Amino acid sequence: MAAIAFRGVEYECRESETVLDALLRQGVALPHSCRVGQCLTCVLRGLDGLVPPEAQAPLRETLRRQGYFLACCCRPQSPLTVSLPDEGAIYARARVLENEPLAPLVWRLRLQPAEPIDYSAGQFINVRRADGLSRSYSLASVPGQDAALEVHVKRHTGGAMSTWISDDLKPGAEVDFQGPNGACFYVPGRPEQPLLLVGNGTGLAPLYGIARAALAVGHSGPIHLYHGSRHAEGLYLRDELVAMATAHANFHYTPCLSGSPDISGCRPQRAEAAAFADHADLGGWRLFLCGCPPMVTGAQRQAYLAGVDLADIHADSFTLRELRTEPRP
Amino acid sequence: MSGSLFERVGGAAAVEAAVDLFYRKVLADPKINNFFDDVDMDEQRAKQKSFLTVVFGGPNHYSGKDLRTAHAPLVAQGLDGSHFDAVAGHLQATLTELGVAADVAQEIMGIAAGTRNDVLNA
Repeated sequence: MAAIAFRGVEYECRESETVLDALLRQGVALPHSCRVGQCLTCVLRGLDGLVPPEAQAPLRETLRRQGYFLACCCRPQSPLTVSLPDEGAIYARARVLENEPLAPLVWRLRLQPAEPIDYSAGQFINVRRADGLSRSYSLASVPGQDAALEVHVKRHTGGAMSTWISDDLKPGAEVDFQGPNGACFYVPGRPEQPLLLVGNGTGLAPLYGIARAALAVGHSGPIHLYHGSRHAEGLYLRDELVAMATAHANFHYTPCLSGSPDISGCRPQRAEAAAFADHADLGGWRLFLCGCPPMVTGAQRQAYLAGVDLADIHADSFTLRELRTEPRP
Repeated sequence: MSGSLFERVGGAAAVEAAVDLFYRKVLADPKINNFFDDVDMDEQRAKQKSFLTVVFGGPNHYSGKDLRTAHAPLVAQGLDGSHFDAVAGHLQATLTELGVAADVAQEIMGIAAGTRNDVLNA
């Protein structure tokens, strides 16, 4: 018999009983539906202990890496500590190291966490102001490469958090943050696989991290980054990205402008349109899509219909105002 | 001919082989793909897999009531028999593409047709 710890209470799990059955039998109202590993409703996160591989098999690799598993397929052989997928929102403290504009409306915020955190490039954190106001920001930094956590903040007129960050938050100040969260990140492996990274606005932040993380571990397949903006001032980090393309023969950077007259070196169309025009056959590719929801949703569907395996499409849709919690797998 | 329908069609491996073929056909069809907007694609693919498991005669825990509840919001958005027929057509095409034997395919289409009233909340 293996013990299951859930929300601070220990439950018994009988021989060959699943975690789902054990918790339901003992009165825990766990969301579930099909009970056969298909509907993905009963997903839990293993915090401690050994989750049998078959309980993770139906999930995509980025979720497996974070310890997610299906309660209906999990027959633990040893004690397990588990939580609901969106629990564990524990805030930590970080100090502002740097807060400078990268472009007229984009700020680069570098944070030094009080305790080092374990994350993957492309994940996001929730930043919380002292009065409780919270927003999600994707990480542009790469663990092991950048000492600080870096996020890019788009200043929205009237945006409570972004105007506070751009106007009032100074180096040396402290903020609370929670994370890392999210399943849009690069998993090492299949180094020859072509990667397509498409983002608009500050959707560049996670992609900048993902591209550098992939290059750092020696990803040898082509890495194509398309960054879109309506206006030229939204194409930030251009010099850095051009330098990356010069330094790495397999890294390609294409800036795209959808709402401005032709500017030398930029494609006069949306980033996703340029990407799909250049790469009609995406069979076997891995995609990362970050930015505004219509672009992400549309590009995700288009890529899937173009033959990309759904498990190879990693999407992070930036929704304004709402504080995202863990996306469902 | 022996074994359950699920065994004869090839079991879980057949569901896995069919799900992307089927879901891509549904998503590419402008007559019905607006019902699939604004949804998590992983979740939607999982639902297609559950549906295929049901019509392939596999182990499932879905009742007619579940189907009704799940489709009620879509019926409110205008889901009707023409849409059901379009999805059934994609199922038939998927089975043909996979080379499923005619008698097995007929049995599967029969199970699918049996869900019609529940799906349409008729």
